[in-house]
Amino acid sequence: MSAPLLHYVIFSTLLFCIGFAGAVTRRNAILVLIGIELMLNAANLNFIIFWRYGVAPEVLTGVVATIFSIAIAAAEAAVGLALVIAIYKHRKTMQVEKFDTLKG
Amino acid sequence: MPNNIAFYILAALTLCSAIAAMALRNMVHCALCAAGAFAGIALVFLHLDAEFAGLAQILVYVGAVAILVLFAVLLTRGEEIKANIRRASRSWFSGVCASALVFAGIIVPIAYSPGLKHTPAATASAPVQKLGESFVNEYVLPLEVLGLLLTAALLGAVVIAMQDKKEETKSISQPENHPVQKEAVQ
Amino acid sequence: MTPIVKFLWLIPALPLLAAGISSLLSKKQRIPAAALAIGSMVISFFLSCAAFLTTLHSEHGPFREIGKVDWLTFGSTTLQLGWVLDPLTGIMLVMVTFVGLLIFIYSIGYMAHDENFKQFFCFLALFAAAMLGIVIADSLLLLFVSWELVGLASYLLIGFWYHRPSAAAAAKKAFITTRIGDIGLMLGMFWLYSSTGTLLFYDNGNGCLEQAALAKLVGELTVGGMAVSTAISILIFCGAVGKSGQVPLHVWLPDAMEGPTPVSALIHAATMVAAGVFLVARVYPLMSASLTPDITSTALQVVTWVGAITAVFAACIAVAQNDIKRILAYSTVSQLGYMMLGLGVGGVAVGMFHLITHAFFKALLFMGAGSAIHGCSDEQDIRKMGGLRRFMPVTFATYAIGMMALCGVPLFFSGFWSKDEIIASAQHWKISQIPFYLALIGAFLTAFYMTRQISYVFFGKHASEQPSGKKQDRKQEVHKPHESPSVMTMPLVVLAVFAVILGFIGTPAWPWFHAYLSGHPAVVDFSKLAESIGLMTVSAVIVFAAIGLSLAVYLKIATRSDRQVDPLQKAQPAVWTVLANKFFIDELYEATVIRLHRAFATFSDWLDQAVWSGIVAMISHIIVALSWFSRKVDEDLVNGGFDHGCDGLREGSRELSRFENGQIQRYLRTIGVAFVALVLILMWGCK
Repeated sequence: MSAPLLHYVIFSTLLFCIGFAGAVTRRNAILVLIGIELMLNAANLNFIIFWRYGVAPEVLTGVVATIFSIAIAAAEAAVGLALVIAIYKHRKTMQVEKFDTLKG
Repeated sequence: MPNNIAFYILAALTLCSAIAAMALRNMVHCALCAAGAFAGIALVFLHLDAEFAGLAQILVYVGAVAILVLFAVLLTRGEEIKANIRRASRSWFSGVCASALVFAGIIVPIAYSPGLKHTPAATASAPVQKLGESFVNEYVLPLEVLGLLLTAALLGAVVIAMQDKKEETKSISQPENHPVQKEAVQ
Repeated sequence: MTPIVKFLWLIPALPLLAAGISSLLSKKQRIPAAALAIGSMVISFFLSCAAFLTTLHSEHGPFREIGKVDWLTFGSTTLQLGWVLDPLTGIMLVMVTFVGLLIFIYSIGYMAHDENFKQFFCFLALFAAAMLGIVIADSLLLLFVSWELVGLASYLLIGFWYHRPSAAAAAKKAFITTRIGDIGLMLGMFWLYSSTGTLLFYDNGNGCLEQAALAKLVGELTVGGMAVSTAISILIFCGAVGKSGQVPLHVWLPDAMEGPTPVSALIHAATMVAAGVFLVARVYPLMSASLTPDITSTALQVVTWVGAITAVFAACIAVAQNDIKRILAYSTVSQLGYMMLGLGVGGVAVGMFHLITHAFFKALLFMGAGSAIHGCSDEQDIRKMGGLRRFMPVTFATYAIGMMALCGVPLFFSGFWSKDEIIASAQHWKISQIPFYLALIGAFLTAFYMTRQISYVFFGKHASEQPSGKKQDRKQEVHKPHESPSVMTMPLVVLAVFAVILGFIGTPAWPWFHAYLSGHPAVVDFSKLAESIGLMTVSAVIVFAAIGLSLAVYLKIATRSDRQVDPLQKAQPAVWTVLANKFFIDELYEATVIRLHRAFATFSDWLDQAVWSGIVAMISHIIVALSWFSRKVDEDLVNGGFDHGCDGLREGSRELSRFENGQIQRYLRTIGVAFVALVLILMWGCK
């Protein structure tokens, strides 16, 4: 609680960047999804940080938002993984580089 | 003081597991490390007096999402065993640079913002009762929509991931095609 | 207005109507055509007599009445056509209609065997209408229109036997030569109109021949310091030179003898060629207007000299001709010269008197010649005729009367009195005596060649009476000549009578003609006769000398069979050749004017083909080049540019689409970098 806000923010940002780096670097689709989950988590963390260190912590907007975000993230993870599995069945490959039918 | 150290230790642990989740070769290890990261974040939530959020995090992320990821990893393992596939794409360095840029792009403005000077409140609490009240009073609409969303997601995931019965029977009936059995044959 | 003046326009209108109607008739309706022409001429003759009688009564000065009608109106100016009845008109009307009527009747017999009989009478009627139009015209415009119509009728009638190339060429020559004179007339007409503002001769004081206009014209000076009136007069005289066959435009008249003899008689002896003389007489006030009234005006001097030269020139040529009609043609040219000379030195009465008498005896001579030709089965060479007085007594008698009138045999023949008036006026001319001597020489020559002609034609022996000793004569049967039918000889007799009695209206003792024209009463005064007895004697001596000389030379030859070589030709072969070839004037014109014209025509043709066509071709090439150029521009620039642009777009899009490689991780990276850039912009842009 007494750590300066900036440190918290640096932490969440680092998490975000780690997730981002993994998402754009790893070839396996599931790892990309894990990276995206990490990014979402970092964002949730930001919500809580700024709720706690914010103007009016008695207004529970931050927490509510986090709860919503968690729920949606879960739904998204489910659908995303279902998609990955479907694609795997079709293409027999998990490599993101091979999913390039959207090529223009 | 003890609070600070707790936070820093927690932060370090979480970061390490996140890095591990992104960098390891073995998919299962990655999934497990991811779960660890999620847990770390949940602990940070708890540290920040957002008990319900932290526990929800553990319930959902660690309990559901991580397991789901694990399932997916296990269901799609055929490919990895065969070939020695490289972990990262050829242009991994540009990806790292991009993320470094993003980091700088987020931190630098925040570091210069005047909002940092604001002194935080001494205590904060998020009682569950109050949360529940606000869910039902102010945020009732998002709550209902969330319910619909979850239903839709559930149904959608099932539909997408569901195999066609013919395809399934065909692929199961031909033992050569089954990844596990193929492996057993070889 | 006296009624006859109101209906004066009928006199030319009736023959014109006859011409119009007979042009619509078919070839076989010969009698209706002739009846129409003759009938209209009879009515016109009676009307002319009525007009003539009206002009005899005048209180003071000559009778003059006009009728006019507005023809064209442009804005504020109006062109008027008018007709005038005055003594000049009256006498001419009677002469033209009377002689014309006689010739029409003669033509019935002469053209009886021709298949274009109806056409002939149609043209004759047209000619009569136009000639009468000239006579009654009060407006120079109407006169000019009729003038041209007369020229047209002359062309049609000269070339009547158009299938003969010589006739067609002669018709063309006549038309073109008179046209050259008509240019002068037209220019004079324009000038007169622009100077005086009217083309009417007499218009109750406003006419261009009346005092006010003349004063104005005489006063103004123009090119070369001569008065405007002189210039206009000379231009108008050019028209007369062309129409009346004066030197240098006389070349068409002898060739005009290609036409049928009635045509020659009517047009080229009595009336049309007299139109030039009539024109000068009509515009005499203009011609004689000058600032020094006691000296003859410059214009009239020109007229005099031209007339005098023509008189002798043509008489010389006539001596050496062998075609019966050609001799008479040159005689006509010569007599026209006399008329012009008379007008110049003596005035209107002198010239017009000779015109009237000449009309009668020349028509008589031509018709007699026609009768002789008809009787000799269309033979025209006098050397092949002979002894006709035994076969055609009536023709011979009338011809002889006409010949004596032309020569000027004294006392009983009209030619003597009229020619003597001219010679007397020439003698009294103050400016020079040369025309007088030329006139005397001309009289001598006239008598000489006419006697020659009559010796060859009517005396001696005809080829059918010659002993036929040669073989070829037995093969060609020479037909005996026969007298012409009475329809042809009756007019001859009538004309012969007039050839005699007309002389008496112009004798010095009783100058009725002179008095009539000037509107004064005539006084019988035999003492005047005594005054001019000297001159009369001189001319009588000349005439008899010429006749005697000619008889001496030619009468014996006329009886011989070898007439081919003329004794004069033997005596002076060079002179004879020049005269026989008409002083080589035709050849001169051919070498100069016609060759020049031909060269100019060739040049114009070259110009047209090379230069103008070249320019047009060049323009078309320019246009083709322009169109090729614009097509190139369209294809290469526009289309090409467009195509290149499209290709460029396609390439560009191909390059751009490389961004869309389907690699989602790359997309994500791009999003991250873009986000940073956006943050930078927002942060530092908004500061």
